Amino acid sequence: MLIDEATVTRAEKTAFALRALYREHGYIPYRMGKFEEYDLYSRHKDFLVSDSVITFTDTNGRLLALKPDVTLSIAKNYRGGEDKAEKVYYDENVYRAVRSAGSFREIRQAGVESIGSRDAAAAGEVLLLAARSLELISEDFVLDLSHLGILTAALEKVTSSLSLQEALLKAAGEKNLHGVRSLLAESGVPEEKAAALLRLIPLCGTPGKVLPALSEIAFEIGAEKEFSFLQRALSVFSGDPAGRIRVDLSVTGDRNYYNGLIFKGFLEGLPAAVLSGGQYDNLMRRLGKKASAVGFAVYLESLEALDPAPPALDGDVLLLYGERDDPGEVTRAADALRAEGRSVRTALTVPAGLRFGKVGIWEKGGIKWQNGTGF
Amino acid sequence: MAKRDRFLNVALPKGRLGEKVYAMFASAGFPCPALLENSRKLIFENPGAGIRYFWVKPSDVAIYVERGAADVGVAGKDILLEYEPEIYELLDLDVGHCRMAVAAPKGFRDDTRRPLRVATKFRHITERYYASLGREIDIIHLNGSIEIAPILGLSDVIVDIVETGTTLRENDLEVVETIVPISARLIANRSSFKFKTEEMEKLQKGLAAALRQL
Repeated sequence: MLIDEATVTRAEKTAFALRALYREHGYIPYRMGKFEEYDLYSRHKDFLVSDSVITFTDTNGRLLALKPDVTLSIAKNYRGGEDKAEKVYYDENVYRAVRSAGSFREIRQAGVESIGSRDAAAAGEVLLLAARSLELISEDFVLDLSHLGILTAALEKVTSSLSLQEALLKAAGEKNLHGVRSLLAESGVPEEKAAALLRLIPLCGTPGKVLPALSEIAFEIGAEKEFSFLQRALSVFSGDPAGRIRVDLSVTGDRNYYNGLIFKGFLEGLPAAVLSGGQYDNLMRRLGKKASAVGFAVYLESLEALDPAPPALDGDVLLLYGERDDPGEVTRAADALRAEGRSVRTALTVPAGLRFGKVGIWEKGGIKWQNGTGF
Repeated sequence: MAKRDRFLNVALPKGRLGEKVYAMFASAGFPCPALLENSRKLIFENPGAGIRYFWVKPSDVAIYVERGAADVGVAGKDILLEYEPEIYELLDLDVGHCRMAVAAPKGFRDDTRRPLRVATKFRHITERYYASLGREIDIIHLNGSIEIAPILGLSDVIVDIVETGTTLRENDLEVVETIVPISARLIANRSSFKFKTEEMEKLQKGLAAALRQL
């Protein structure tokens, strides 16, 4: 079977390539149903990108939802202990409200989840897969990486108030140093207490540039263990001359779910992150499972913007025939042109709004090309 | 969002604030003299400085930046609080000062036995503010002339931007509570920041230096 490249979208091509990439790394496919009990989502609303979920009542009265997220289902179905590590990949549609569109959308996502391994090598492998996933779409990518454990240690130095910590974390995510300062002033916390946090937020760049400074700060706030985990995970990248892998302490996430590494992937030409992931041991704990987990998702839908503009022509040849013409002869004439690799549309009249490279009229015994457009 | 576009695309808010902000950008090393010529053009560029400016409606700046049509922009904190766009907020530009406030007819007393009727353009900010107080409200979303709502009995109070307070005074209203001070912020698209890091850092540093000189 031959697949015409022109008919495949960037998202479709990428999905196939990603599946091959994940399989190559020993991950196994994970298939799931479109529906899941609503209860799962209502209990973990904060984990979802949007808290609107499409629900409906099953024939037996149970409230079901069209799944808005894949990770929750995979995590929920994890059955192993520490010795039963799982490495899976998926390529699924999810249904969520898109804030900018103000309505529900069907969104295609592919990604991996590695559950049950707590070591830096397993986390590093997921990072590596994230980078390779991005690279496979475009060479002009950036993978931004942070560690929530380090940020949390810095936040705890500032305050024990969770609400202030959350507000500070949000400002950190916006690289909003003046916002952090005004939050400190409003809450009467002296700036010295936030010295580490204020130095962390602007840190961004290649590991070579950032890690020395980060190591110092991590030592000051007692986050050496977290720093060492980050450093060990980063060691999977042997050489990155283009500086695509970056440590950026402004990458944050919801600490009810995420705890350790957290990362986002960007492609030049697309305005928002196309890949998002992290370690979500806290989600596992909330699901009553004692296991480490790390994974990411690639938002395939957003890749559409990278597709080239549609071709100027809707087809190579328009072959017009009359009602009295012999269908067999017309078909054979069209097929002869198709055999030369051209796309041919046959019609009684010129279809409105469509454009063709050449227009021919079938006349007994041959094609009469219009305006001297013949081959 | 054009690929390989080495211009830094800047969305400026149309109007007096935008002109003031442009002067800051120019002194930060990103001039574009054509911008000041009186014309109806909306897009101006200076290839030498690698910069392209465009004028947009102030409340739309954040949309241009969030969606990557502009790499950076200047938006009021009111808009950022209302729409919570996913952007970086890099700098407080210390211009366009005003405040988001609750205003009511002089002598107003809150009748806590019933929900407070609040007229506003800023639904999200209003909801969050009253939720933080635990006060039940009935939001009346209006698009303009908010001050008239309490006069006509449409609402009890309003939540709106107050600059000098003249409009309020002329309509016999007064500020009851300040919700948050507002000023103009330099915002950046999160993806652009990764790929035009140098240019953005140059701009951010230049603007910070220009601010210190003020």
